[in-house]
Parts: sequence; C-alpha cells; structure tokens
Amino acid sequence: MTFVSVTNLRVAFGGVEVVRGVSFDIAPGECLALVGESGSGKSMTALSLLGLTPAAADVSADQLVVGGVDTRGFRDRDWRGIRGSRVGLVSQDALVSLDPLRRVGREIAEAIEVHEPRGAATAGRVLQLLTDVAVPEPEARARQYPHELSGGLRQRALIASALAGSPALLIADEPTTALDTTVQAQILDLLGELKAAGLGLLLVSHDLGVVGRLADRIAVMKSGQIVELGSTAEVLETPQHPYTRTLLDAVPGPRTAPEKPSIDVVLAASNLVKSYRRPDGSMVRAVDDVSLELRRGSTLGIVGESGSGKSTLASLLLALEQPDAGEVTLDDAPWSALPEARRRPHRGRIQVIDQNPFGALDPRRTVASSIAEAVALTGTARAERRARISELLRQVGLPEEIRHRRPHQLSGGQRQRVAIARALARRPEILICDEPVSALDASIQAQVLALLSDLQQGLGLSIVFISHDLAVIAQMSDDILVMRDGQVIEQGSATRVLASPQHPFTVRLLEAVPAAWG
Amino acid sequence: MRRQAGTRTVMVRVLGRFGGMLLVVCGAATAGFIALRLIPGDPVDVMLGVNARVSESVRDQIRADWGLDQPPVVQYFAYLSQLVTGQLESYQLRQPITEVIGTQALPTLQLTSLALLFAVLLAVTGALLARGKHARSAISLLELFVVSSPTFWIGLVLLAVFAFQLGWFPVASSQGFASLVLPALTLALPIAGIISQVLRQGLDAAAAQPFATTARSRGISHSRLVLRHTLRHASGDTLTLTGYLVGSLLGGAVLVETVFARQGLGQVAVRAILGRDIPVVLGIIVLAATVFAVVNLIVDLAYERIDPRLRTAVTA
Amino acid sequence: MSTLTATRQATAWRAAPVGVIAASLFLLLIITAAITPTLFSMYDPLKADAAASLQPPSAEHWFGTDQAGRDVFARVVHGARYSLVVGFGATLLALMVGIIIGVIAGSAPRAVDSVLSRVIEIVMAFPEFLLALVVIAVIGAGETSLLIAVSVAAIPAYARVARAQTLLVRRSGYVRAATALGVPRFRSTIRHIVPNALGPLLVMGTIGVGTAIVAAAGLSFLGMGPQPPTPEWGLILSDGRNFLATAWWIAVFPGVAITATVIATSTVGRFLRQRGQS
Repeated sequence: MTFVSVTNLRVAFGGVEVVRGVSFDIAPGECLALVGESGSGKSMTALSLLGLTPAAADVSADQLVVGGVDTRGFRDRDWRGIRGSRVGLVSQDALVSLDPLRRVGREIAEAIEVHEPRGAATAGRVLQLLTDVAVPEPEARARQYPHELSGGLRQRALIASALAGSPALLIADEPTTALDTTVQAQILDLLGELKAAGLGLLLVSHDLGVVGRLADRIAVMKSGQIVELGSTAEVLETPQHPYTRTLLDAVPGPRTAPEKPSIDVVLAASNLVKSYRRPDGSMVRAVDDVSLELRRGSTLGIVGESGSGKSTLASLLLALEQPDAGEVTLDDAPWSALPEARRRPHRGRIQVIDQNPFGALDPRRTVASSIAEAVALTGTARAERRARISELLRQVGLPEEIRHRRPHQLSGGQRQRVAIARALARRPEILICDEPVSALDASIQAQVLALLSDLQQGLGLSIVFISHDLAVIAQMSDDILVMRDGQVIEQGSATRVLASPQHPFTVRLLEAVPAAWG
Repeated sequence: MRRQAGTRTVMVRVLGRFGGMLLVVCGAATAGFIALRLIPGDPVDVMLGVNARVSESVRDQIRADWGLDQPPVVQYFAYLSQLVTGQLESYQLRQPITEVIGTQALPTLQLTSLALLFAVLLAVTGALLARGKHARSAISLLELFVVSSPTFWIGLVLLAVFAFQLGWFPVASSQGFASLVLPALTLALPIAGIISQVLRQGLDAAAAQPFATTARSRGISHSRLVLRHTLRHASGDTLTLTGYLVGSLLGGAVLVETVFARQGLGQVAVRAILGRDIPVVLGIIVLAATVFAVVNLIVDLAYERIDPRLRTAVTA
Repeated sequence: MSTLTATRQATAWRAAPVGVIAASLFLLLIITAAITPTLFSMYDPLKADAAASLQPPSAEHWFGTDQAGRDVFARVVHGARYSLVVGFGATLLALMVGIIIGVIAGSAPRAVDSVLSRVIEIVMAFPEFLLALVVIAVIGAGETSLLIAVSVAAIPAYARVARAQTLLVRRSGYVRAATALGVPRFRSTIRHIVPNALGPLLVMGTIGVGTAIVAAAGLSFLGMGPQPPTPEWGLILSDGRNFLATAWWIAVFPGVAITATVIATSTVGRFLRQRGQS
C-alpha cells in the first residue's frame, strides 16, 4: 500500500514543460528524496502533491493519488481537505516562509484552527507542538515574531506549524539550505526523529550529502525527469546514471594536492578592526583584531558562518574599505595605508572574485568589453587586445563565440568564469575569492573550483578563499582561518586544523560537514 | 525588558521625526522667502494696485512701514518671527495671513477629508474585487483611465452629467453635504486609481511570497489568506503612498475648487499667486509643509504598528 | 524558478503588444498633429464666426463649435503642439537636471550627499502641483513659465531616484571589481554608474510625460499658462466650463484628448518598464 502514487506527472507553463513525465510512490512512513539542481523541476513536482503549483501551471498525470484519494481534477476547495491534514509543507527559509508580520504562535494556531475550529484547546496544542520540535521556552517563543528567533528555532517553528494538522506525509523543500552548517545538522536530526516516529517524508534537496542521512530511497531529477531512482545505498554507492555520478563527484572532498612549503609572505594583515553602525544606532565590530598571513603560491581558507565578518575582511584586504585600526601590507610594503591615487597603479596585483555572479558583470557590456577594460589598464597595445582576450577566455575554459554575449545571456558558471578572466587580465599575484561558488549548482561549483586550482598551479597565484562551507575550504586550502563574530578563533595549517581542531566551534563545523564527505 | 527598550526607541524616533518635521517646515519657509525675494517688481505696486499714482515719498513711507527698506537678513528674521506669531499680513487684504487662511481652511478640510475617505473606500473595493482574469483587466483599465484623466476634467464631466443633465446634485454651491459630494468624488477618483494599483500590486506580491504558499499548505481559504496575511502586507506600502497623496489632495483642491466655484484655500492660493500676494503664498507653503510632515509622522508610526520588524532592532 | 519567470515574461510579451501598438500609433498620430495640424483640419482654430457659435457636433464640425463659433476639433488638433512641447520638454529638462543632481549626491562625499538629500526631501514635501504653482508665483504666468514650472516640480522625484540608483549601482559587484582593477573613479562613474543608473529613469520619464501634460493643462486651466484665445487644451476646457449646461462638447473633447494622450504615453512607458525588468 502506498500513501502517494504518481504516474507520468507533467507540469507545463505556457507550453514549456518543466516536469516531464515523473513517476514515483511513497509508502507510509517512508522517506523519499528528490534530488536535483535548480531548474530540475523537483520543487514543482513536490508542490503538485499539494495542488500548490502557480496558477499559470498546467498539471496533468495518469495517476496522482495522495493519501488514497485521486486528486486529478481537484479544485482549490478539494485540495484544502488534503493540505495540512494529510500532507504538510516545510520550505526553505522560515524567515520568509512564516508570515513575518505575525507572531509564531499565531501561525501555528492558524494551522490548528483550519482543521479544528473550536479554539479552546488551541493555545495548549501550540505549546505542545513547539515542545515536540524541541523549542525551548515555548511560551515565550510563541509570542515572538519570526525575525526575533534564530534560524534554527525559526525552522523548528515552521516544522511545528506543518505538523499541526497531524499529516501523514511532510514535504520538506530544501529544509536546511538557508541554515548555517551546525544548525543544518540539528534540523536534519529533528526530521530523522519525526521519521522514526512514523512520519512519511518527501525530502527535496540539491544536496546529496544532506539527503544521504535521512532518505530510504533517492530519486535523481534532471531537466524535469527522474533519471535514477533507487535505495539510498544503491544510488550513493553504485550510481547507474552518469548525471548521478557527476553530482556525487561534485561533493567537495579533502584536498589531495601536496602542501606547498613556501614561507614567503605576500599579503599580511595585522590587528585589523572595522566597525559599522547598525540601523538602530548601535555599533558592531564586523572585524575585530584580525591578523593573517598569505604565503606566496598557497591558498588561505577563511571559514565562518554568515555575519562572521568574512566579507568585510575581504574588502579590507582589497583596500576597498579602510580599517579603523591595523594595517594591510603587500610584500612588506604599505597597502591599506596608501592614498588611493598611489595604490591605483598597483591594484592589478590583487584581484577579487565576488560571490554573486549576477552582479559581478556590468549588464550593459559584452563579455569582450568587460575584459577589454581590464586588459587596457595593463597597457596592452590596442592591436594586441583582441588576441589577449581570446587567450584569457581560453584560460578560463570559455568558447570564443561568447565574446559578444551580454551577462544575461550567460549561465551562472559562465559569468563567474568571465569574472575570473577579467581578474586574470591584470596578471594578478593574489586573488581574493569571496564565496565564489556558493551561488552555483553543485556540478558547476566543482568545475569552477577545479579551474581555480588549475590556475593557481599554472600561474603561481596566491589565493584567499572565503566560504561558509568547510568542505569547500578543506578541498582548496593550505592554511585555514576560522572566524566567528568578527574574531579569529582558530588558525593553522589545513592538516592541523582538520585533524585536531582546538576550538569547540571548529569541532562543531567539522561534525556538520555532510556525511558523503567524511 | 524588550518591551521597555521598544518603547524607548519609539520615543526617540518620534522626537527625531519631530526634529525632521521642524527642519522641513523651516526649510520650506526659508526656501519660500528666498524664492519670493527673487520676484521682479516692487511689492508696493502689489499693495497699491498697478494703476495707483502715488508720490515717491509715500512709497518710501509704505516701505518703511512694512520693513521693506531693511537689509534682507533683518527682513528674514522679522519674517520668521511674524510667521511664528501669526502676524504676517497679506499685501492685498491687509489682514494677518492666519486669518486669511484660517477662515478658508474649513471648507478645504471638509473637501479633502471626504475625498480621502472616498479614495480609500473605492481603492480597497477595487483591489478586492479584482479576482479572476476578466475582473482584473476591467479594474486595471478603470484605474488607468482615472489616473490618466485630469482632475478638473473629471469634475467638469461629473458636473455636466450629474448636475446639469440629471440634476441630482447642486451645480455650484458651498452649502451642505450634497454640494460636497461631486467635488470630493472628483478629487478622489485619480487618487483612488493610484492607491488601488499599489494595493493590488502589494496583494499580488504578498501572495507570491513563500509564506503565502506555506499558509495555503495549511489548507486555508482564499479569503482567509487575504484577510489574515496578504492585506496586512500590502497595507504598508499603500499607507506610505496614501500619506504622500494627502499632499496632492491639497494641490488638487486648487483645481476642484475652481471647477465647482467653491470657497477654500485653493481659491485663496490662486488669487494670491495671480495677485503676487507674497505673504499669503508663503503662508500656504508653510501650511502644506506642516500638513505633509504631520501626515508622514502618523504614517511612519502606523507603519511600525503594522510591521513588527521595524519595532525591534534586527538581531541577525 | 528561472523557467517560471521566463514563461511569465513570455506571456507578458504576447499579451502586451495589442494595447502597446495601439498606444504607439495614437502617439504617432498626436505627434503628427503637433507638427502639421493643417493635415487634420482645414478650419482656423482662431477664426471666430458669430453665426456658427455653440453648434453641437456634426459632420461639418466634428467636435462642434465654441461660443465664438470656432471649430473645436481644429482647436483640439492645434492644441496638441502646446501639450506635447510642455509634456516632453518639461520632462526632458527635469530628467537632465534630476540626473545631474542625483548622480552628484549619490557619488559625492557624505557631507555633500546629506545636504543635497535634505534639500530634495524638503522640496518633496510639496505636492508637485503646488510646487508648480509656487514657481509660477515667482516667475509669473506665461507659456515658458508653464514649461519651467512643470519641469521644476518634477525634478525632485527624478533626483531622488537617480541618487538611489547611483548608490545601488555603486555597490554592485562590477563597480567594486572596476575599483579593484584600478579604474579611476571618474571613468568608472561615466562608464558604469551613469549608463546603468539611467535605465529606470528613462522609463520613469516616459510615464512622467503624461503627468507633465496633465499638470500643464491644470495650470493653464487656472489661467497661468498661455492666454486666450490660444488653442491650448487646458484653456479650451476652461472656456467650456462656462457653457457646461448648453454646450458640453467644448469641455468634453479636449479632456478626451488629454486623457487619451496620457494613457498612450503611460502604456508605452509601462511596457518599457516591463521589458527593462527582464
């Protein structure tokens, strides 16, 4: 007997199919994972089980049974009998998935009242639900607004609201993606406990590492189709489809290249401090007494969760912002202390790759024109610029015909490669990479990381690599620096930090690295 | 603890807003003073009328009486103190401007208040009715039409139809509620169109947010989604816009009062501008700035009631 | 998600053109009328004919005649020039001044920015129409005054958006990258900031033309623009006000012309905005 039974599900927008004939079953109490990159149609598939696809979508299926009921031809009124009471939904980020203008308790109460509009017992039931998902001090939390709770507590509250109607199946759409790694692990544990108590799960994720912990079976989706469906062990250990293998290979692994023995320091920062005024007037130290050294030809990984001050540190190293105290030196010569006019001739030596590939390129300029601006600054003669641009495109693995495209005609990975080419145009010694792959899909992520490694070896670049993802940092770095609340809490060679972390926070970060890696 | 801190920040913010408000009003008064000093021509001509033939010594006497022979800085401070004490006098009417404006403020206040009420009622009705494809395009066409039509033309058409042809409302009078309906409706229609557009956009934007999907996944109905969730989200921007539009109600009143031949500040403004009666123009500028500042203070405080995220400091 | 937004735009593209094409054609018609009004009407808009006063619309006088026996259709056609000149002229002027102020505020040191922003804020406290009236009070009534008044009233809004856009673009990855590459500040402003900040402003301007036309008509309705017997739309309406009981056509047709022109410009403007967002 199955709880959900889907055959040949199709979802189309104005004739364009985003889900193309998907079939699967979910048994009661089972956890099925739908894995795929963005645009694979996994979320649309999941929303079809609740009748929550956007109004413009055409949904058709040979079979679409949810909780023993054939839902084909359902109208909104019919779906309401399923939503909440048979199937619950937990989506990505509770900050926006819970109504930000209402108290958390009211949101959970709404979910109860829809199905039992009596009201008297509601308050007690809200507290019980919050207790069930291990929210401490439930009375106080119920009176707070989503933005007043931490990311983890918010997500727990969202899960509580989804459980309020006692559904038999919970659809969890990227339930941990917006969370920091340590919190991610806790939420996965909670979902594991709920599953152990008999709840069915449809886990939607882009991350094979995440679903490996929970899923009984995994369905891999690509371009609207399921390309592989099997037990978790089968899919992870003996993947059949080449795409599954690509996804598995894309999970960052530990670094294999030998460490570089260089002791020659190219970029150094001593006791940097940078404070900001918050909107409410209070001051916050985004970077608090940070010192670091980047050895020539090596990679320094800086890891920390969101708000730890990593990006501010990047701006200080680039001298795009001035520190309140402390100094950055380049080859033992002043760097942050120079006036901009004297720094500008040397700016080419240290370049940046930013996080957001959408904002990194001037939307009005072609690829060639963006790179040409950088090439011109190196004093390359006009006649040779064309050839130099071709050379750079080749270096970052982009085809020649991309020259005349504008950013909106490129994929995220391509844009990031153009940004790298533009940085390389100035023949830099140092690259500051601020979360360069976090906005990219896993398989593209792996390609860009490989490109950076190759370039480092070929050109002898020194790299500062900033990321929230310890797995990525571990793969790339020779030295690692762990930041928290603007301060450096641990610093040392990658082997040392990964093998014997000293600070409890580093230990937690390491524990939270997805299972597929350790 | 948290609550106390919240109250204190609200107090601080109100005080800050009050300072900003004073700044706006003072700035407006100063800018007005500078601008109107730049006017070519002699204020004495305005007072006497262009055709008056008066000897130069009498003119000098008038200048001295009005302080026009003083250096500009002295005039400026004299002007500010007269403004604060309400003693600034109209050139043409020879009365303090507080009286000139005060006696005409009530009809304009009645007109604009009723217009605001009409506008909000029409806008909310329009936005809530716009469900389904056909209703949506009909409403949005209607919005486009009233937003694009000149206020005074709407007034003329309403007059032609409801006063002259049908005779339901008086043609031109300042007496009674019936005489207020057509002018208020005229003033309300373009503004209702703008508010309705923004409210509809707000409702749509809120309905497209993840929390709306979550709320629907609990099994709630459409009307509950609108009343409990999206309407509140949409009302924030709508409120800000409405506050801003209160100002343009004053501007529109100038035209509507002319069309319907009503007494009011609009008429005072038109006469003062055409007659170059500088003190009265300044008085109206300061009044408009004050109304703007007060309305926006109220809007800001109301916004904070709607959105809890603005009340407490972000703890991220 | 990306597929989803793509399909939404596709539907918008398909749905828009019917109205947009009609609006563009109408605008083209109005512009032609503004350039060569005699192409549309052989009547003289100023020639009085007491014998033919206050005639209702007929085959001979499509929009009827006014109190002096002038052909209302001819007056409306000839009026297109005044409205378009003020509408486009004032908007263009306001856009240029607004962009200069906004870009300076957005890229200048904080002290300059806060002074400019404060000034903009203070001027924004006045409704546009009132601001235009005050400008008229300073510079006096007349045709040129009308254009200047409408333009000055619109400047603060453009300046504010230009400043916000400048700040937004300045924070973008590509301007950061340009600074890191060593591109001088001024060149970065001209090459990256101004062109990218401009898009939303041009669209805003397209919609602003309509607002300017309405404001100008309002001012001349009050007698603060061109003087009678100029065939200006607001002025014709003002004439018509006195004959509402007997000759509704004098007031109705110029109003229809204004409304249709404004609808046409804002339809085109909205279409451009929609395209700009893709």
